[in-house]
Amino acid sequence: MGPDRPQTILLPVRAGTIATSFAGALLLDFLPWPDLALAPDFVALTLAFWCVRQPRLVGLATAWTLGLLVDAGNGVLLGQHALAYSVLAFCAIALSRRILWFENWGQMLHVLLLLEGAQLVSLGVRLATGAEFPGWSLFAGPLAATALWPVVSWLLLMPQRRPIAIDENRPL
Amino acid sequence: MEHTPPPFFVRGPAPLVRLAFFASLALTLLVLDARFRYAENLRSVLSLAAYPLQQAARLPVAVVESVTGYFTSQSQLREENEELRARLLASAQGAQRYEAAAAEVSHLRRLIGAAERSERKSMPAEILYTGRDPFSRKVILDRGTQHGARAGSPVVDEVGVIGQLTRAHAFVSEVTLLTDKDQAVPVQVVRNGLRAIAFGGGASGMLELRYMAANADLENGDRLVTSGIDGTYPPGLPVASVVRVERDASYTFARVLAQPSAGVERGRYALVLSSEARLPPYPEEAAERKSAKKARPRKKDADGS
Repeated sequence: MGPDRPQTILLPVRAGTIATSFAGALLLDFLPWPDLALAPDFVALTLAFWCVRQPRLVGLATAWTLGLLVDAGNGVLLGQHALAYSVLAFCAIALSRRILWFENWGQMLHVLLLLEGAQLVSLGVRLATGAEFPGWSLFAGPLAATALWPVVSWLLLMPQRRPIAIDENRPL
Repeated sequence: MEHTPPPFFVRGPAPLVRLAFFASLALTLLVLDARFRYAENLRSVLSLAAYPLQQAARLPVAVVESVTGYFTSQSQLREENEELRARLLASAQGAQRYEAAAAEVSHLRRLIGAAERSERKSMPAEILYTGRDPFSRKVILDRGTQHGARAGSPVVDEVGVIGQLTRAHAFVSEVTLLTDKDQAVPVQVVRNGLRAIAFGGGASGMLELRYMAANADLENGDRLVTSGIDGTYPPGLPVASVVRVERDASYTFARVLAQPSAGVERGRYALVLSSEARLPPYPEEAAERKSAKKARPRKKDADGS
């Protein structure tokens, strides 16, 4: 959405798309991953995406609820992901007007910061409750998730790119 | 005159206020859960909500498995069948010997007046997925309280102990693996009967025997089995084998590392043993009860006189 790039006007988003994407992200999170260190947190990524794109529809309440679901599903302390996702959503909404002005790389840099920040909040909670620092590989997951940002944004914007009326004479 | 924004500009409370609200809500939950364990009911409800997604996430794996199962060749099946038959023969011999030994042991125990060990019921379960938590070692099983799983039950695989069921929800349950930092198992060295407690080593995937005196009789290769004195684990299940013993004169305790025998971090199937062991009450409780019984009449006497 840079100043000198052609912009596409997107269809308004449907709530169903958002709900489906979150369900899909939760499902991906619950997959039996062979290597947990590199497994991206899809819920955080999807949440960051919608908070940037639709800050008026997806906000802290959604983030908090999703965080609780992730907490319960993974058997960690209740509230750990809820807190991390709330902070993530807040920062993403605060940055939402800025992020969309950047090209892919600039966006990814911002998203990386957001996701690492959320991971840091999680880490802080666990350290405060007496866990040991599990190693720096903890910050590899957000890296992997950031690498998926262009793919995820292309995929999640697809439903909004469809033309309303199909015109036979139009070249595209 | 007061100016109010038109209704389409109204966006509710300020973002920072919302963040403060949700963050404090999350922190309250954290404290309630970590400190007082009040949030277990909420957790069960939430896990019930996440259950369909967990099941759906298992679907692709199940489909791949069934497809590969469909296309296994006959020779492969025959090979496997033969191997299984050979293994059955080998274990049948062991089972016969075990039966005889068990009968003998129960006879001997009856002779010396010790309580007989009750048979434990077991329930096969499948590991759904590993918990996405780099701070702990947990797996989620597909059996819950609806199937009869209870928190506290030991979980084993075909070789030995892999962990303990720490939280049972309606349809799924959480197992804390042996290698979790907070998991402890009372063990016994097979060679000389030395008792110890094995703690999880965290990310290293090893177990650690803490508080062993520097001159404790431990060697590399010693096999550790559950001692059963806690009443949770049945005695005699293989747990680990010692791989390293470091004795440093400047420390009171030796540093002993052990490798888990069972496939703690691998494997897909596990057996949940029931934890119904009737143990006599702890000595202090028994003593207290006795003294309470004695104390009451004495009190009456005191009141009467």
